Amino acid sequence: MDNWPLLSTIIFLPLLGAGLLTLIRGRENDIALAAKSTALWVALSNFALTLGLWYSFDRQQEGFQFVESKSWIASSGISYSVGVDGLSLFFVVLASFLTVLCILASWRSITKRVRDFMAAFLVLESLSIGAFLALDTILFYLFFEGVLLPMFYIIGIWGGERRIYAAFKFFLYTFLGSVLMLLSIISLTWIGGTTYIPELMNTDFSIGLQRVLWLGFFVSFAVKTPMWPFHTWLPDAHVEAPTAGSVMLAGLLLKMGGYGFLRFCLPILPDASQFYAPLVFSLSAIAVVYASLVALVQEDIKKLIAYSSVAHMGFVTAGLFANNATALSGAVMQMISHGLVSAALFLCVGVLYDRAKTREIKAFRAIVQPMPAYARLMLVFTLASIGLPGTSGFIGEILTLLGVFQASPATAFALALGMILGAGYMLHLYRRVFFGPPAAMPDKLYDLQTRENFVLISLVLPVVWIGLYPAPLLNIITPDILPIIATAGH
Amino acid sequence: MIVAIPLLPLFASIIVGLFSRRMGAALALFITCLFMIIASILAISLFLSVALRGFETTITLAPWFTVGNLSIAWAMQVDTLSSVMMAIVCVVSTLVHIYSAGYMQDDASLPRFMAYLSLFTFFMLALVSANNLLQMFFGWEGVGLASYLLIGYWHHKDSAARAGVKAFLVNRIGDFGFVLGICATYKMFGSLNFSEIFAMVPDVLGEELVIFNWRFEAITAISLLLFVGAMGKSAQLGLHVWLPDAMEGPTPVSALIHAATMVTAGVFMLCRMSGLFEYSETALATITLFGAATAFFAASVAITQNDLKRVIAYSTCSQLGYMVLAVGLSAYSAAMFHLTTHAFFKALLFLAAGSLIHALSGEQDMKRMGGLRSMMPLTYLLFWVGVLSLAGIPIFSGYYSKDIILESAWASHTIVGQVAFLLGNISVFLTAGYATRMIIMSFHWLPRFEEKLMERVHESPPAMSIPLLLLAIGAISSGFLLKDWFVGEGSGNFWRASIFVEDYHTALQDAHHSPRWVEVLPLFLSVLGIAAGFLCYQIFTSLPARLARILRPIHQFLLEKWYFDKLYNLLFLRSAFSLARALWHGVDEKTIDALGPDGISTVARRLGERLRIMQSGYVYHYVFAILIGVVVFGAFAIAQRL
Repeated sequence: MDNWPLLSTIIFLPLLGAGLLTLIRGRENDIALAAKSTALWVALSNFALTLGLWYSFDRQQEGFQFVESKSWIASSGISYSVGVDGLSLFFVVLASFLTVLCILASWRSITKRVRDFMAAFLVLESLSIGAFLALDTILFYLFFEGVLLPMFYIIGIWGGERRIYAAFKFFLYTFLGSVLMLLSIISLTWIGGTTYIPELMNTDFSIGLQRVLWLGFFVSFAVKTPMWPFHTWLPDAHVEAPTAGSVMLAGLLLKMGGYGFLRFCLPILPDASQFYAPLVFSLSAIAVVYASLVALVQEDIKKLIAYSSVAHMGFVTAGLFANNATALSGAVMQMISHGLVSAALFLCVGVLYDRAKTREIKAFRAIVQPMPAYARLMLVFTLASIGLPGTSGFIGEILTLLGVFQASPATAFALALGMILGAGYMLHLYRRVFFGPPAAMPDKLYDLQTRENFVLISLVLPVVWIGLYPAPLLNIITPDILPIIATAGH
Repeated sequence: MIVAIPLLPLFASIIVGLFSRRMGAALALFITCLFMIIASILAISLFLSVALRGFETTITLAPWFTVGNLSIAWAMQVDTLSSVMMAIVCVVSTLVHIYSAGYMQDDASLPRFMAYLSLFTFFMLALVSANNLLQMFFGWEGVGLASYLLIGYWHHKDSAARAGVKAFLVNRIGDFGFVLGICATYKMFGSLNFSEIFAMVPDVLGEELVIFNWRFEAITAISLLLFVGAMGKSAQLGLHVWLPDAMEGPTPVSALIHAATMVTAGVFMLCRMSGLFEYSETALATITLFGAATAFFAASVAITQNDLKRVIAYSTCSQLGYMVLAVGLSAYSAAMFHLTTHAFFKALLFLAAGSLIHALSGEQDMKRMGGLRSMMPLTYLLFWVGVLSLAGIPIFSGYYSKDIILESAWASHTIVGQVAFLLGNISVFLTAGYATRMIIMSFHWLPRFEEKLMERVHESPPAMSIPLLLLAIGAISSGFLLKDWFVGEGSGNFWRASIFVEDYHTALQDAHHSPRWVEVLPLFLSVLGIAAGFLCYQIFTSLPARLARILRPIHQFLLEKWYFDKLYNLLFLRSAFSLARALWHGVDEKTIDALGPDGISTVARRLGERLRIMQSGYVYHYVFAILIGVVVFGAFAIAQRL
């Protein structure tokens, strides 16, 4: 079993599952049910595999593990290379975990083209895990851009009324980014003479070249993260996407931006990263304050949470470029935490939407009365979102702040301001929706069912666990942060 | 056994909280009260062994996290400072738990209420026993959460839900400073553990911190940032606006959280960080001035308010001002002394007020009370104990603690100290005045509540009156029993290393040798204040209204609480919301979108209409783009080989 290609299995098992779904025959209802259960089993098996990967991950060993490398397009040196390290491990686990939850959450709410929906999610899982594990620039590019296809379909087919507009906007932004990133990748390959990322990390590029290439990557990752002012696709995409689509978008796709910075900009282009750090700090500071303010006046719950994502990602980008272990670990923790918390918040919105068919804040009041268990869980996620100590959100925020303050106290001030505003928009939302005098409400508001309860509680547990005892994660993340900082130091 | 002190309330809260809907009220009460009683016994015995035998230790429970050189543990630092706080917190909390059994007996979700109370107690204990700034912050925000939940406990009341959010947010503004203070501490000291920080202060002394290109003396900057945190929690002038609104919560909550314990966390933090604050004269002077201003401001507002609980809330705010003022004078032990006596007499006042409100079925307006002297004689008597303590009459505890603070202010011989002495003494007069006004309006005047309520007015059940009696004993005796330990000539042996005072900060020692007139002045003023209260509200009852007419602008100013709320509303809330809308519609929609995707799409659509190549799918377009990319890349790669 030692030579079993575990990473490739994890990448392609969901894709295989998606292929399996197309073989299902029968009446519409039977297909739907069979597709759902098949997808669930495939996703569960893959989740188990990623947990196995976590378990067998050797945290003493520095660098990439479980590396597989096969020559692919020999003439241009492109290889199929995958490997995992402390930076990518938890995103892989997160991807497989969220896929399971998405399938469960869509069990009843999706009724049209169920098989295609499930297949799209499995494909999405494959491609995103592939992007996190790729060790070859071209392979990464294919996975990274490929992710957009299933997402585009998910928004375009199962989305809301303005889904075409949103999907188009989403496409335009990412298209702009991907073209520039491709140019950068090509130049990197051309000059560096390889597409293998670990080799590129050891290649010295001249400072002038670094600064140009960095910008190409930056635009692509900044769109994906998203950073201000490339963020306006996100609220629209979220509002139109079905619940599970939003979960994947916020929980996973946004993390690819931050991960890209971590994998490309910082280790391969360290001098340019240093050079542009003030720019990133400024944009992050603006993002945090700006997005938090805009979140304050949103009328649609989903849009509010979408803007809160932009603010939280501002913490991430500031942390990534602060060039010290505390900030970088904080940024990675913040990404993981946001992956769990924003996923949970979007699932919570989905619960309301399934019942009332609206997400207008004004449509709700005092729903703590008919839905006490829901109110309680939503409170936990609200608190995690505002970074209350004891939740995962706190670990991410405080480590980022401690680290960013070292590099730029002024940026830390802006981020800390975001902590006040964050509490503002989230508690303002919570009060309006859950509290107040009982009033005429959309009927059929009933409390959580077993399936919904299960999905949300399975998110509460890691959120609280990471908040109280993040050591198991940090012990794996931090060792792989240190070489990045060392690179920057020389 | 020591570890059980914070864990017992935590377990009680988890058990009751998880099964609150399946659990009867009686069982929930039994579990929470029993666990609290045990915790109290442990905390008192711990306090005694620390005080009498000099016991000290730091228990590391578990690691929290380690990143680089930053290592944080869940720990309990047991020394005089923390054991005093643990004892106060546990005792008052236990009494409030028991009192709630009576006060909240008709409430349908009593188990939830008890779970919140116990949860609060846990966070408060985690705060005071921390050995590092981050665990302290954990407890700090945790008590804020419990406060939010309990203020908004009656969440069907819109005002209560709003007050909860307001409390949390204003506290967050304080936490903004606290967090940045923690960050700056980490930057300068490379550690967040108290013992390591204090050991390194001499090395950091004189270093600078650059923020926004401005240079600050590092210790002063850190101290001031941390003080902003204390201002939020301890409701100091400027960040006090949440405390009066917090009275929307049930009265036992007001007694426990918003009088005896949580609001004193700021003062406690300042004392805990004495090893840092001592090195910044600027910070200490600022603290003194804020404390004095708060004491005066809140007392002046209290004399015009008619809501019984709000009067007591402003009174709390004012007394917190005294404690903060004492910290600024380096009289930390005097601050802790006043914190202790205040915990007893203010919890007593609140719970006694709760008995009134309970008897009157929720009425809080003093103008609709009156005549309760004969109907509730025990509560009346206990209320007097609270009032006399608050006013600072000898024998009662407040006398000892307030006097030592004012004497220290005089003995500091600095201009700031003299300002504090002056404002503090004026506040003594005002305090005695509003305390007397309060008791006369609610007990002495003729009944002004509805007839039908009259029959239901009753003396409280034992569950409520027994905690009141115990608190009254504390309010009478804690002053002269503890004064030698806390602020006596040899109090250094009591506090040991838990409080650090620079040798040249001698205000507290010198206070013991104040001239006679300094010692007597506060007492004279407080007797004068009581007399004025009787004169205005008992004898010439038309006098206050006439005074209000003559001094109309001043009266209006005080009645509107110095216009803080209105000003903040206008300055911050409204402008934040209008700025937010401008950013959303003006920048996001009309600038970024219009120039970006929408602009491009318009161009593209026109182009598309002319070309009419694409039918529907942008997806194909997109795949095509990727393909082009790959082809281009291939071309480059091949070109490179050639």
